[in-house]
Amino acid sequence: MKIRLMIILAACAWLTAGCQTTPVDEPTTGPGTATSGTATDDGAQTSGIDDDGGFSGMDLDGSQADGIGMQGDPLLETRVILFDYDSSEVRSDFNDVLAAHAAYLAANPSVAVRLEGHADERGSREYNIGLGESRAQAVRRILVLQAVEASQIRTVSFGEERPAMFGTSEEAWERNRRVEIVYP
Amino acid sequence: MRKRRSAAGAIFALFGFALLAAGPARAELRIEITKGVSGAVPIAVVPFGWRVDGVSPADDVAAIVAADLARSGRFEPMPRSQMLETPTTGAEVDFQDWRLLNAQILVIGQITPAGPDSVSIQFQVFDIFRGDQILGYRMNAPVERLRGASHRIADMIFEKLTGISGAFATRIAYITVDREGDGQRYRLIVADSDGDNPNVIADSADPIMSPAWSPDGRKLAYVSFEGGRSQVYVQVLRTGFRESVSNRLGVNGAPAWHPSGKSLALTLSERDGNLDIYTLDLGSGRLQRVTRHSAIDTEPEWTPDGQDILFTSDRAGGPQIYRVPASGGDVERITFEGNYNARARISPDGKRVAVVHNDRGNYRIAVVDLNRRSAQVLSEGRLDEAPSFAPNGAALIYASRRDGSGLLETVSVDGLVRGRISSPGSDVREPVWSPYPPN
Repeated sequence: MKIRLMIILAACAWLTAGCQTTPVDEPTTGPGTATSGTATDDGAQTSGIDDDGGFSGMDLDGSQADGIGMQGDPLLETRVILFDYDSSEVRSDFNDVLAAHAAYLAANPSVAVRLEGHADERGSREYNIGLGESRAQAVRRILVLQAVEASQIRTVSFGEERPAMFGTSEEAWERNRRVEIVYP
Repeated sequence: MRKRRSAAGAIFALFGFALLAAGPARAELRIEITKGVSGAVPIAVVPFGWRVDGVSPADDVAAIVAADLARSGRFEPMPRSQMLETPTTGAEVDFQDWRLLNAQILVIGQITPAGPDSVSIQFQVFDIFRGDQILGYRMNAPVERLRGASHRIADMIFEKLTGISGAFATRIAYITVDREGDGQRYRLIVADSDGDNPNVIADSADPIMSPAWSPDGRKLAYVSFEGGRSQVYVQVLRTGFRESVSNRLGVNGAPAWHPSGKSLALTLSERDGNLDIYTLDLGSGRLQRVTRHSAIDTEPEWTPDGQDILFTSDRAGGPQIYRVPASGGDVERITFEGNYNARARISPDGKRVAVVHNDRGNYRIAVVDLNRRSAQVLSEGRLDEAPSFAPNGAALIYASRRDGSGLLETVSVDGLVRGRISSPGSDVREPVWSPYPPN
């Protein structure tokens, strides 16, 4: 709950309108489950950040995990790393997820990974390309520090051009500030 | 005083444009004036006489001129139904009648044959109160280019009456995004400045962004993510020919033309993903690094003299605008008001810079006076971005969002006149106003 509140407060600091502090009832998704992600335009909503250092399980495409021997590990099946506003610092609640991916990649040096950095829609587009790139690079550094070969990793930034969730809402912005870990 | 563009030049630009390989855009833009100047000047633009046998006019010149003048917010054209008479020559004008209708300015004209497939357009502008001719002019135009000629006439009238160069004969480039199935379709479109005549010049399932006009208005540079990675392309509008000019590992972004048209400033990332500003000589392909800093440096913009580059950097925390000599050297911070100032676009006279500015949580367009360093917020939305000056420096076009969809808005630099350009059903973004048509 602490993390969820922090996100709402951080977002409120930036927005004068449309930010509700009333907690919104919504299903919390556990690790490894796909979410449908319906867009809502009013109020602050968060999704999928558990109190116990859990993860957002969104954007999981089950087929991505097929064939590379990572089924059943909720850490490895988490493919989205979320970021705070205008920040490319990897949040500590994603340490375990990245450690699992690092261990997997280090053990499988022939496996390549693509890190796709994204930003929310606010502000200017090319600066957001920069933010997305910084986020992808921050994840890349963590993987490399945990013995992944740099040559296994490609990065690309899409800035705000490819949102995970459409709409102008706190929930959409939070879900769109992300790095997607893609095993091609 | 600015040299007048020749009618032939404007017509060449229009003719060239028609040869584009790509087809017309699906949805045309819809333009409305949301706020005009109080006391806009009442003007009567009488339907022009048509004296060309055997051909009917494809476009209504007077209607296009009146719409342009109305769109400026500074004029209020009289509805045709209120006109008591429709003179086409000076001898037919009865000023007393027009005074009764409270019009201040009268525009009349007639179109006569000038050769095979070309016409002569003669028009006169009168001060109704004094009964004087203010402007009289005759121009030749291909018969199928009446629309372009009409914008030129509107430019001449606007300049004569306001002292400001008109920008009606210019164009805008912009991006539209439409959802198609699970994905999206990105289109780069070029249209006349009134939204008419839209043509798709690039179309992709992957993002297209950051269009930039070459100084001669004949090419566009832009970023495309075809194949899942960014490249900077330069495309010739007339032929549709394009070339990838930057295709490096990592970020290739934010192209900005040097005033000479011979080089681009752009943003590239190093292997470690750090974004810096570079210049690229388009003739030789030679790359020169301009900034070297661990922060995000991006969104370069040349000063009109081609000596310095403005850019966005978050080296002090949040994004702010800085200036650096293109040859390298000391970096100077330009913006100080607020915690977010990005994507500088400089006015044609080099005195002002339009930026995306965080105004108490709202992203708005602000104009910073480079001498006084004071910022004036000009837009009124929550998610405004991508400001671009009209080539006369009198107005800005930028992207806004309303009801979950992107649209374009215009504002005069004094904030008095506002307009809105939407394309129903399409997400419209990243408008860029063209330079004046080539001479």
